[in-house]
Amino acid sequence: MSMTMTQKILAKHAGLDEVHAGQLIQAKLDLTLGNDITAPVAINEFEAAGFDKIFDNRKVVLVMDHFTPNKDIKSATQCKQCRTFAKRFNLKNFFDVGTMGIEHALLPEQGLVAPGEAIIGADSHTCTYGAVNAFSTGVGSTDLGAAMAVGYTWFKVPAAIKVNVTGKKKDFVSGKDVILYLIGKIGVDGALYKSLEFCGEGLKELTMADRLTIANMAIEAGGKNGIFPVDDITREYLKGRVTREWTAYDPDPDAEYESTVELNLDEIDCTVSWPHLPENAKPATEGKNIKIDQIVIGSCTNGRIEDLKAAAEILKGRHLADGVRGIIIPATQSVYREAIKLGYVEIFLDAGCIVSTPTCGPCLGGHMGVLAKGERCVSTTNRNFVGRMGHTESEVYLASPAVAAASGIAGCITHPKEVL
Amino acid sequence: MKAHKYGDHVDTDVIIPARYLASQDEKELALHCMEDIDKNFHAKIKDGDIIVAGLNFGCGSSREHAPVAIKASGISCVIAKSFARIFYRNAINIGLAILECPEAAEDISDGDEVKINFDTGLITNETKNKTYKAEPFPEFIKKMIDDGGLMASLKKK
Repeated sequence: MSMTMTQKILAKHAGLDEVHAGQLIQAKLDLTLGNDITAPVAINEFEAAGFDKIFDNRKVVLVMDHFTPNKDIKSATQCKQCRTFAKRFNLKNFFDVGTMGIEHALLPEQGLVAPGEAIIGADSHTCTYGAVNAFSTGVGSTDLGAAMAVGYTWFKVPAAIKVNVTGKKKDFVSGKDVILYLIGKIGVDGALYKSLEFCGEGLKELTMADRLTIANMAIEAGGKNGIFPVDDITREYLKGRVTREWTAYDPDPDAEYESTVELNLDEIDCTVSWPHLPENAKPATEGKNIKIDQIVIGSCTNGRIEDLKAAAEILKGRHLADGVRGIIIPATQSVYREAIKLGYVEIFLDAGCIVSTPTCGPCLGGHMGVLAKGERCVSTTNRNFVGRMGHTESEVYLASPAVAAASGIAGCITHPKEVL
Repeated sequence: MKAHKYGDHVDTDVIIPARYLASQDEKELALHCMEDIDKNFHAKIKDGDIIVAGLNFGCGSSREHAPVAIKASGISCVIAKSFARIFYRNAINIGLAILECPEAAEDISDGDEVKINFDTGLITNETKNKTYKAEPFPEFIKKMIDDGGLMASLKKK
């Protein structure tokens, strides 16, 4: 057989020995996910279709994270609708204010996703769980509504691009720089409809936080999913989190890849994506003339404890430049707690930043840091489209937590080495 | 049907900005459809008009509100060089017709009068007096649309 990691997982969930790119299959799902924006639409569809059962009350997960704690009456009403649904079907994994975190940081942290599993979520960044060798992909609300009822969905088996990772990470370089560099190389539709499968001896250089960030942004290259094989780093991460049995999937030695992209870590420095597409990637050192008004450190892409650590190491004993607002958003309650325990929160406050409760908030221009006309933000989030964080004439520059922190101190886009 | 033309990588954040996502009301969503790249969109669209766009239409967020807003605006079809996959799936699921046809997407100009035969995939540009051939939907998708979308199709089972 000659299947990719993704194809093997899909074959297993479709009950088939083998699948090939382009084949249409029906696959069982291990988990379905919705949030406070997409789940209400899914619930409406579910109810309009006349369903009165869900397929498994442990596997239908709802996370209230986008406009929470609720920013207005409409968003409060949407959360209330989710809460009512969660009660009606006795959902075991309903995460409301107090237990919630940003969904794609929360689910891996809570051990809800494991190698070899098949997951859909009504959120485009559901592809994050490929970091732990799961097949996971974003869908819309109607797909979610149907899947919550029946526990399966249809897929077109994707072709794949192999990303062969080699070399060593330079100082200050993280998963964010790697994925921005890759998107810069292949473009925002470079992996359209396809899997991005990461392989190679360079993977040992990538921490689980790096991998989660990289898989998270596979969608920004148009990818259906991004996926890593299981190694010691994965096993160490899963220890104590995932207690159920799981199966790891490696690609077959003769797996068919449409193309191979060579990604040499030695060549990657701190990278920033200029407005208004994630593919506009340039070295951070080219941003000296870009004066900024705000930094945001958080999101499903970069709100984990490793991200806050990277920011804290740069902000420690330093202060934001005059006129720069610093917004730090730990992605989950446990990241928040850890950041307090490790002294990061104090470092951030001393540096002139604010520290928010977990929320997607400003990433999609919801609340907690929306930009005015003409304002610029260096953000560790995942999209810099027109109007993404606020006014259509505002600008978002995508970067790692280290670059965002350094830029906050300097008041312009800055490589961390220049402030240390 | 008049064509309204846009470029590459039209993302779901500009199709329907997140600041309006606290609503699920399709009429309200339609009021703000495309406003971040085309302020006059809502005012100028007549029922049955089409959108013609470049590569990767509908990229970004998985929000189903995007095809819903386009459909509720009165748009009868989106023709693009290519679609982002989540948007593609969502459009079919909610019953918004979409056609991938690089040739038509390249050649049709803003304001051209266009006719589409969904059974054959034939696109006729009446202004330029030209035709283009798109791949019609495969059988199972046709069936899903005939059944009234994904939900109705599942209910039938």
